[in-house]
Parts: sequence; structure tokens; C-alpha cells
Amino acid sequence: MTARITRRSAAGLIAAALSGGYLAARPRAARAADAPITLLNVSYDATRELYEAIDAAFTAQWLSQYRQKISVLQSHGGSGQQASAIVNGLQADVATLGSAFDVMQLYTQAHLIPENWAARLPYNSSPYTSTIVFLVRRGNPKNVRDWADLVRPGVQVVTPNPKTSGAARWAYLAAWAWASRRSGSTEATTKSFMKTLYQHVPVLDAGARGATDTFVERGIGDVLLSWENEALLAAQKLGRGMFSIVVPALSILAEPPVTVVDKVVDQRGTRRFAEAYLQFLYTPQGQQIIAENFYRPRSPAAAQQYAAQFPAVAQMVSVEQAFGGWARAQAVHFADGGTFDQIYGQ
Amino acid sequence: MIGRQQVPEELGRYALLGIALVYLTVLVALPLLIVFVEAFTRGLVPYIASLLDPYALAAMRLTLLTAAVSVPLNLIFGIAAAWAIAKFEFRGKNTLVTLIDIPFAISPVISGLIYVLMFGAQGWVGPWLIEHGIHIIFAVPGIILATTFVTFPFVARELIPLMQTQGNDEEETALSLGASGWQTFRLVTLPNIRWGLLYGVLLCNARAMGEFGAVSVVSGHIRGLTNTLPLHIEIMYSDYNYVGAFAAASILAMLALVTLVAKTLLELRQPELRAGIARQA
Repeated sequence: MTARITRRSAAGLIAAALSGGYLAARPRAARAADAPITLLNVSYDATRELYEAIDAAFTAQWLSQYRQKISVLQSHGGSGQQASAIVNGLQADVATLGSAFDVMQLYTQAHLIPENWAARLPYNSSPYTSTIVFLVRRGNPKNVRDWADLVRPGVQVVTPNPKTSGAARWAYLAAWAWASRRSGSTEATTKSFMKTLYQHVPVLDAGARGATDTFVERGIGDVLLSWENEALLAAQKLGRGMFSIVVPALSILAEPPVTVVDKVVDQRGTRRFAEAYLQFLYTPQGQQIIAENFYRPRSPAAAQQYAAQFPAVAQMVSVEQAFGGWARAQAVHFADGGTFDQIYGQ
Repeated sequence: MIGRQQVPEELGRYALLGIALVYLTVLVALPLLIVFVEAFTRGLVPYIASLLDPYALAAMRLTLLTAAVSVPLNLIFGIAAAWAIAKFEFRGKNTLVTLIDIPFAISPVISGLIYVLMFGAQGWVGPWLIEHGIHIIFAVPGIILATTFVTFPFVARELIPLMQTQGNDEEETALSLGASGWQTFRLVTLPNIRWGLLYGVLLCNARAMGEFGAVSVVSGHIRGLTNTLPLHIEIMYSDYNYVGAFAAASILAMLALVTLVAKTLLELRQPELRAGIARQA
């Protein structure tokens, strides 16, 4: 009896879900020429303001050029979490994530994109770069100038958890790169610096926005290790003059990549639009919007125009150059039993 | 003699009342008040503007749609399950009771994850469904499913003890006098349980509109499409848009308050409901 009831109610649930599923399926581009085309851009936390501006500009341009309406839907969240949602079936036409490692998951976990995805667009498919900077409180009371100052007694550092946050992984690698380039450094001295650094972290938030909240709203910590764009945004939006930005002598070249999700666009018939959308990021107008939203543009013209906004980092290292690429960096530092596990919580 | 005994009794009563009031003020009334104060910090115009934002409107529509589907489903299921459990004896009855409690017992995040494991692209039936263009999770059906799952014990849990106390006598009388099964249900059982049922539906509705964890897992957070009000509030908050976050929160709070006021009005008009609730307690 119980079995029957359960089976029957399960059948009912599935039937309800199926009919709902048909109703909710997004209109296919191929069905009607005049129906608006929708694209879903699945992105990370920090890009909300950026893609709001990009979407408006791209759809306006497409409308005037082709007399065709495109509407771009946005989804934002932690970069790793968003990648796993796409792997689990979130119908992203394009993925614009925080690190190449997260985009790689779309290939390794589900073969949604080809292995050579990064070679399909200029600059390793990263239309902009960013870096990790220090956000400090007004007047820099603890006089934090560089990485070495973070481990001085009495300095508290806020940074999210590298296991869950893209920004935190970049920050971790930047600190590692600095420590391993000191004269006379060995792997042991680098690890010991990293261990001391994370002993100065009072809270490990799950994501970059959470860490910014801890630092700005809850007033915890003396230094926030932050995306440059997030720091510039926080400094502007959350009270001018409350914070200032300190650029360390060495930092990491963060290259958040973008890709079309091949399996989705081929099923939905949206490849043409998705590709045009990503190419728009590389146009002069796209690069302009990127710079206005505090990301470092790739095009020399936009870079020159906004040079004052982005302080020079004396030494900028890339993941390829310092860590032999994302796959290696992930395996060595952030996988279970990697260096982060070794230095944290022991 | 008698007067002296009454004084400490009254003191005790006021003390208890005082504790309850302070507790409710600090833990419920003040936070609720802060929601409204924060929502209006910049005045009425930004408040209204942030509610007329297309994403906020879409979130409200989705929240209402979700409640409109999952509450009736749970109403039917709750009555059926309570009826079966309270009025009939069958093997596996205890198992059924336990199954009904599962959504209360497990974390809402897990409630969401089970649907990802079933309907996700790496899940059991997900690959086949997606191949055929049917999307359950990261779409509206998944949100409704997860909400229905999380809220299904409310109606059943309200009704089971009520129906058990009432017993079968009245139904048996009706049947022996020649009423059909449906007539018995409509004319005897339903009037007996209506207040408990209403209470269950109100609780179910409040939770359906407020659910966060399970919905967050299956939503995909597509703005204007799969964000419910609670998810919209979180997004506004982490966008540093505090007026927008608290304005949406005030709407959610008001939906809950409307539910409570509706319940209170019904109680005032119908002393039976109070009696009904007292009987269950």
C-alpha cells in the first residue's frame, strides 16, 4: 500500500514537473524570426555592474544593425559555484567566470566546450585583466605598504576562502609569488610566510562580496585583499574617503576568461548571437565599458585613456609564468592536501 | 487568606507576560521594524522605484506563482495523507508518517541538492530531459518542486492529530445512513477539519513564499527569470543596494503580515477556530 502510494505520488510529481518544464522552456531562437532572442550569461560575483552596461550597449547595437531584439539574462554567484551549476545543466549560452580553472571545469566535468576553448578569442579569451590590491582604512593607520607588512604583529587581513572563491585564489597566488621571489627564499620560507599570513586572517568568507562586506560593513580587519575592480568600486560606492587603495610592488595578472558554451548554443540555435556578444567585449565600445567599470582593458587605446585609474604594479606575474598554468596551480595549492591545506588549520 | 494567595499568582502571571513581551519585542518586533525603517531611509520615492524595478516585479511574480502552485498541491496531498493515516489502518503507516516528516528533518540545502542530483545534467533523468529540451532545475519547475517538497508537511502535520482525535464515528454514521464517500468527505469531514486545514495552509503559504535554501540551490539565479523574492533580497544586499534589499524584504514581511492578519480576523469571527487549535495543542 505504501509502496503504491509513493509510486503514484512520484508519478504525479514527475508529470506535473514535465508539463511545467514544457511551459517554462525558453523560446528557441529558430522558432520564430520575430520572437526576441534570449542569451544567458552566467558570470561571477563582481561583474554585475559590468555586464549590466555591456548588455545594454550590445543589445542596442544589435538592434540598430540587424533590427533584431536580443535580451541578455544574467546570473551571478561565486565563480566555482556558477561553473558547477553550468555543469549540472544551467543553460548558459556564455560563461564569463573568474578564473580559467573554473571555465576548464566545463570541459573536464561535462565536455560542454572543446579542450582548446581558450584559443578561440584573443588574449586567451580574457577580454580584460585585473589584479589583487590592498584596500585599507582611511589614512592607512597601520601603514601597510607591501606584502611584508601584512604579517606584522597587530595587522588583521581579510580575504575569502581559496577553496570557494576565485578572488581568494588569485590573492593566495599573489602572496605566494611575492614570498617565493624574496632573495634567499626556499619553499619552506615561502610556506612559513603563507602560514603566518593566514594566521592574521580573522574570518575566511566564502566569496569576494562576503569578504568586502566583512571589511566595509562589519568593520573587521585592517587590510582587505581584493580584486582591483572590487576595491575601486567599494571605495567609490561605499563612502568616498573612507578607504584607500594600496598597490603592492608585486601582484598577479588576473585574466578572467569568457567562452561560448558550445553544447548549449548548438542545442538552442544561439551560437551566432553568443559569439557576437563575446566579440563585442573586444570592440572599442566594449573595452571602454570595461575600463569604466574598473577592469583593465586589453586595447591599448582604452588602456591609455584610463591609465590614471589603474596604478602601475612594478612587477606583474602571470599564473602561466609563476605557477605553470591553472591546472598545475590548482593541483599544487588548492586541491585536497595542497599547500593551502598544509598551511591552514594546523 | 484568599486575597493573599492571589497576589503572588498575579505577580507570576505578569512576570511571565513581561518575559514573553520583552522576548518578542527584541527578537521579532524590532528586527521587523528595522526592515521598514531601512527601506524608507531615502524616502518614499526610492522605495517605490526599487519595487517597480523589473527584476523586483519578476521576483514577486515568481514568488506568488510558486506559492499558487505548491500550496494547492500540498493542500490536496495533506488532506489525502492525513485522511489515510488518521482514518485507516494499513501496513507501512509508520513509514508514511516518517516520510512526511523528512522535509522538516533535513536541511533545505539538501532538499535542493536532491533535485540537482535527479534532474541535473549529470543526474539520473536530467540528461534525457535536457536532450529533449525539458528543463526542470535552474528553471521555474525546479523552484516549484523544491518549494513543494520543503512545505509539504505543513498541512498534513496540522491535520493528522486533529483527525485522529476526531475519530471515525461521524463518518461511519454518515456512511451507514447512505451517504457516498464524497458526500461524507464534503459534508462531515471537511467541516470538522476546516480550521485546522486553514491554519496548515497559512503556514504552508508563509513558508512557500519565504523559502531560501532549497530554492537557492535549484534556482540558477537568473535575474528576472528564476529569482524569487528571498533570492532577490540577497542579491540586492550584496549589490550594496540596501534600499532595494530592504524594500523587497518589506514586501515579503508584509505578505507574511497579511497572512497573519487574515488568520487573526478569521479567529475573531469564528471562535471555533480557537477551540480547534486548542484541541490540537
